Amino acid sequence: MDASASVETHHDPHAHNATHEHHELGFWRKYIFSTDHKVIGIQYGLCGLCFLFFGFCLMMMMRWQLAYPGQALPVIGKWLPYIFGPGSMPDGKMTPDFYNSLGAMHGTIMIFAGVVPLAFAAFGNFVVPLQIGAPDMTFPKVNAASFWAFAVGGLIMLISFFVPGGAAKSGWTSYTPLAAFSDTGPGHNPVFNGQTLWLIGFIFLITSSLLGAINFITTIIQLRAKGLTWMRLPFFVWAQFVTAFLLLLAFPPLEGAIIMQLMDRVAHTSFFLPAGLVVNGAPVSISGGGSPLLWQHLFWFLGHPEVYVLILPAFGIVAEILANNSRKPLWGYKSLVFSVLVIGFLSFIVWAHHMWLTGMGTAVSAFFQTTTLLISIPSVIILSAFFISLWGGSIRFTVPMLFATAFLPMFGIGGLTGIPLAFNSADLYLHDTYYVIAHFHYIVAPGTIFGLFAGIYYWFPKATGRKMNDLWGKVHFWPTLIGMNVIFLPMFLQGMAGMHRRWYDGGQGWNVSNEHTIWGLTGFQWNAPISWAAWIMGLAQIPFIINFFWSIKHGEKVNDNPWEATTLEWTAPSPPPHGNFVHTPVAYRGPYEYSLPGRERDFTMQNEPVEPAERTRRKPAAEPVLV
Amino acid sequence: MEIPYTVSTRPDTGLWNAKVGIWLFLASEVMLFGALFSAYIFLRLDAPLGMWPHGVLNVPVGTMNTAILIMSSVTVVLAWAALKMRRYRAYWWYMLATISCGVIFLVVKLGYEWPQKYNHFGAYIKPEELGKYEQYLGNERRAEKGMEPRLEITGHLHSQNAKEYEVALDPVNADPNNPSMDRPHFFPLPVTDKIATIEKEDVERATMFLPTHSAYFASYFTITGLHGMHVLGGVIVFIYMWLPVSKKVYQRNPEHLANRVEVSGLFWHFVDLIWIFVFPLFYLL
Repeated sequence: MDASASVETHHDPHAHNATHEHHELGFWRKYIFSTDHKVIGIQYGLCGLCFLFFGFCLMMMMRWQLAYPGQALPVIGKWLPYIFGPGSMPDGKMTPDFYNSLGAMHGTIMIFAGVVPLAFAAFGNFVVPLQIGAPDMTFPKVNAASFWAFAVGGLIMLISFFVPGGAAKSGWTSYTPLAAFSDTGPGHNPVFNGQTLWLIGFIFLITSSLLGAINFITTIIQLRAKGLTWMRLPFFVWAQFVTAFLLLLAFPPLEGAIIMQLMDRVAHTSFFLPAGLVVNGAPVSISGGGSPLLWQHLFWFLGHPEVYVLILPAFGIVAEILANNSRKPLWGYKSLVFSVLVIGFLSFIVWAHHMWLTGMGTAVSAFFQTTTLLISIPSVIILSAFFISLWGGSIRFTVPMLFATAFLPMFGIGGLTGIPLAFNSADLYLHDTYYVIAHFHYIVAPGTIFGLFAGIYYWFPKATGRKMNDLWGKVHFWPTLIGMNVIFLPMFLQGMAGMHRRWYDGGQGWNVSNEHTIWGLTGFQWNAPISWAAWIMGLAQIPFIINFFWSIKHGEKVNDNPWEATTLEWTAPSPPPHGNFVHTPVAYRGPYEYSLPGRERDFTMQNEPVEPAERTRRKPAAEPVLV
Repeated sequence: MEIPYTVSTRPDTGLWNAKVGIWLFLASEVMLFGALFSAYIFLRLDAPLGMWPHGVLNVPVGTMNTAILIMSSVTVVLAWAALKMRRYRAYWWYMLATISCGVIFLVVKLGYEWPQKYNHFGAYIKPEELGKYEQYLGNERRAEKGMEPRLEITGHLHSQNAKEYEVALDPVNADPNNPSMDRPHFFPLPVTDKIATIEKEDVERATMFLPTHSAYFASYFTITGLHGMHVLGGVIVFIYMWLPVSKKVYQRNPEHLANRVEVSGLFWHFVDLIWIFVFPLFYLL
């Protein structure tokens, strides 16, 4: 059978309408158990946003304890024991165990139930098939399975707060041997305890990501529209493509490690436990012979590519928005693509830079220090290309553009402050201090999450046919930007003053951070302004939440291409029907043909055929390649 | 709206969708088992002398299982070829053979080999008490020969009371100084009727051959268990393709079923391949 013929036939608009009438799906199949990539994308997005907010709430509770250690949490404090159990916050005062639970679950939920589902799965699902002109993902049922695996995994993580003993409390990295023995013993169920549920939930989350990754890569390879060659793919698609590979290859080793830790906890093996361990003063009866370092290697083999899983989709989103709002082609498209590929490759051989203090040996450290510094090169190329893309553009500061431009310096600060951590001599001092917290939060919070907000504001009209409100978008943006910086900038200073990231009392009991003052406040005293900034920033999300839901029904109605963008998703109706496109999209040109000379409009969409006159006129323009 | 290239190939990639998908899936599986195998290497290299058991598995049974799995890989290719030739009847029989092989493998593994292990008993003797049990361990001779010491007495646990274990010894402990016991045997030797009494005070750790026994059995049960789950998954998929439901797919478009058999066959070959690694790592080395 001729493949191309089959493609042509079922894009026929009449045939499409006919099938649509035949298969009018009920509510449950249409909105809940849907196999449509757009619905699944939105499901992922809403769940991801809820988890992000939940993870943020956990952090806001921790911030109280850090700023005012040992004091009762006002107003809501006395109700929390009813939710999280009497061991969590007796009289509104946080117990150390509960604080540790909040820390571990904040990290886990933010990364694996919040940002990955939102950045990778939600935007990937909704946008990628539209941008490549595909009717759906290649495996719609697998796609639905991926979402439901995620939902189950997330639910297990939530349930773990309510089992006896509370949620996992061994850090989001679950280092052994601590994690192998936490939440065991009297008062804990052998299976339904925090750490074991954390492991089981993780297996579901990993399964979800693997199914998603397979689906994304296959979709991008197989379902690109006619004429959409690799070098005509929007940068966002490239970013998702590399991200999918990272998830595909980095997650399984963690799955293996999680199976082994689960065996350690449930079947009492000793994969990660050395012989001669003494727990609570008593020697434990285990065979020993395991290695705690093995867990760290397997964990960070995922953990570091995961960092790029968090940032690459944001790169992609920001690239789309920068080109669109500066009305200029993205500068150095090829360099961006190759950089993202190099990042993808290098991210697999940098993981041990999280383990400088484990005594791996200087040779190993030297190797990983070198690769870690190498990976900053493609990252800098990408950021530079983004900045140059703005140069000379006629910039429109729409709300998505505000977030996208704010992303650039925020990611820049986050990236540059990582360099001291990459050197193992400097890291000996900075390791496990608030400096590290500030560094990676600059990348993930004002970095990735700004990218995500930008993406939400940008593609909202495509999903709903309506724009989100501009004014409230700005009311959301400015306090969030200021809040992020007031929260995280002082943390660099706290960290350099020696404040440890896992101190439960915010450093009050340690003189080290109190000897020096930073702008008049000791390291400990800085906790309070940071916490207030966090709470105020929490309030600043309210305009976003209201704007988001209000605009679904009442936002300003817009046409199919409100941002005057060039890529294929804007040729589909808003919201796109089942099957996406009215006419089979065909791509004739690159993704960012803004401000072509001699054109009436300042944007030329990918599906506009190249005119004969244009062909002769634009021949010599060479792509700038920065390397 | 249908998704293109589910059955026919995309001209520029030369592939249909599921084939891309299954290869990606197999790549992730390589990483999953890669992690477990690297854990095996890590643990084995780290194991103190005498703490990594040798020759405790049943090699002939393992060899048979290996042959069964390889055979099933052949029959699944024949099943696919039969579909390509549009011979559904032959396909049906080859598929049945494949499913049977998978089921036999699982029954042997979980029904025979595993129980054999967790009915076996082993007691690690405290380092300072090793001399007391020299007649079962033969460590003087081993030290002379430069071999790693024996730290464990194994066999069938006959009875135990508060103070002692009574163990029907494995030949290796019944006759420790016999040079033929220096190397594992291909055919497992039966437990002897020589009974040893081991005082509980002298024992460092005593367990059945369960995952808790040692890093060796922990990785053995984890990896063969995970592999067994993959075999089970493959069998379930094959049963689905063998049932009348799939005949309807065949009647609608025979190529569609052939493709399905091809991708699940690829998965099956992969599961086979994993076993080809598992077998020497645990049975032979």
